[in-house]
Amino acid sequence: MKTRKSARAGQYLALLAYLVFLAFPFLWLISTAFKPPRELGSLHPTWIPKDPTLANFRQAFDEQPLLDAALNSLIAAVGAAVIAVLIATPMAYVMARHRTRLARAATGWVVVSQAFPFVLVIIPLFLVLKNLRLINSVPGLIMVYVVWALPFALWMLVGYVRAVPTELEEAAAVDGAGKLRTLVSITAPLLAPGIVATALFAFISAWNEFFFALVLLKTPEKQTLPVVLTHFLGAEGVADLGPLAAAAFLATLPSLVVFAIIQKRITGGMLAGAVKS
Amino acid sequence: MTSATVRKRSVKRSARGAPGGGRGGGRGGGPRDRLVDHGAWFLVLPALIPILVLSVGPLLYGIALAFTDSQSGRTEPTQWIGTLNFQDLLHDTLFWDSFRIGLLWAVGVTVPQFLLALGLALLLNENLRFRWLARSLAIIPWAMPEVVVGIMWRLVYNPDAGILNETIRDLGLGDGRDWLSGLATALPAVIVVGVWAGMPQTTVALLAGLQNTPRELHEAAAMDGAGAWRRFRTVTWPALKPVALAITALNFIWNFNSFALVYVLTSGGPGGRTRLPMLFAYEEAFRYGQFGYAAAMGCVMVAVISVILALHLVGRLRGGEDA
Repeated sequence: MKTRKSARAGQYLALLAYLVFLAFPFLWLISTAFKPPRELGSLHPTWIPKDPTLANFRQAFDEQPLLDAALNSLIAAVGAAVIAVLIATPMAYVMARHRTRLARAATGWVVVSQAFPFVLVIIPLFLVLKNLRLINSVPGLIMVYVVWALPFALWMLVGYVRAVPTELEEAAAVDGAGKLRTLVSITAPLLAPGIVATALFAFISAWNEFFFALVLLKTPEKQTLPVVLTHFLGAEGVADLGPLAAAAFLATLPSLVVFAIIQKRITGGMLAGAVKS
Repeated sequence: MTSATVRKRSVKRSARGAPGGGRGGGRGGGPRDRLVDHGAWFLVLPALIPILVLSVGPLLYGIALAFTDSQSGRTEPTQWIGTLNFQDLLHDTLFWDSFRIGLLWAVGVTVPQFLLALGLALLLNENLRFRWLARSLAIIPWAMPEVVVGIMWRLVYNPDAGILNETIRDLGLGDGRDWLSGLATALPAVIVVGVWAGMPQTTVALLAGLQNTPRELHEAAAMDGAGAWRRFRTVTWPALKPVALAITALNFIWNFNSFALVYVLTSGGPGGRTRLPMLFAYEEAFRYGQFGYAAAMGCVMVAVISVILALHLVGRLRGGEDA
């Protein structure tokens, strides 16, 4: 199919506009993170720091317990991802293979749960966790994150299970393998990449989550990165821009890296090879 | 589990297995199915129990709380007060203001987000250079914590040291302004951030939908001399419609319920101009300790969203008849 030259030019122009819109806030964040105070105070900010410095990063670590926060975030995110995948995979298998009422109900719940305003869930959770003395604790937060990550984990995993041909399992059954053996030795290895992608996605979601962490974690030494980041903003909103940008940039790196790794799997599942040239 | 459902299921199964020459003997369908059912429960419970305890349970508890005078740190026992919270809500102009702002925000974000994402998806579906760059960049907002997105845009919007005002000054368009603190500019400013933050999911979903468009149809239409717009209307859009409807409904719900982005950008200010319902309910519950009242707000939000979902389903059914 031939496209006229003027149309092509228009397309490139549009693409350029998108690139600018998508890229400039992020580039500005990076630029700000490396600027010395003198340049940050300047009334005519520049894109590229004339005198790039790491001082903002040092100051950020001095001002707020970023390392503790990163560790809390890491524990919460890894814990949530591992547990969510461990319990979601068997259920996803059942949902994908058996069209029972239960599977239908679970699918319905996955959809409906997207519509909850979290406030309706968090108030009772807050009361219950308070009674269990799990407020202000990372394990309490993990419990919440597991359930919070389950809908999407199920959604992804059901797709991955469906992609494993039933013929393989049936062939194993014909060869006399039991149900469990078939699952462990045939299905699980084929599912492994999907399970890893799902776990990483759950990791990112928990790493980035803010609302539950804000409500459930009270003391600074227990808080996760997103909550600690807001402390940089201060009461009046007049923040130290440099350290703020530096800390924000650091908090993003892990999820960007993980996302870069699984991006193809997430979008690839949806795009089904269509984007390859 | 009644025997009827089991029977129905095994019928379906044998129908599915038939072309392949039957599965594993076919004879022992009944007992084997029941065994699978026991196994299924065993496989489902590890996920089902946490869901019931930590999601469905709290949801029901939350709805119940809406009918009580539950408050934090109060010594007297909590009491049922019937629909008193809802009656109060009816007269709470601040809540309805925030509700109106929530709807404005949800529509204001969802519609441009859809149109921009559609444009980008169509571009990314073309054979263009630098497509990979656009794809990678389009993914970035998805991977970023909402708090960081908020912080980042505060740096962009910063009246003195921000790049937006500097660009405006460079272009000779004036001095710029304090976007997030201006009564008139605050809501549009946060809406722009909302659009930016939600672009990737929408773009990826629409790109996936575009793959449903049969290429041959497209080419046939082009040979018949159909212009780009006509091809879009007659070939692309019909294939894209189901995905577009689904993602738009989801986006609307997510946006209406969003919290972190605006909390970081403006905390609901100036003067409540960006106070989304979730921010309002959060403050009511965790700043003022009014658990029952905030739960009632949550119920109203769920009710409205349910109506929207229902309308969406009706629309989808109708769309199905058309096709």
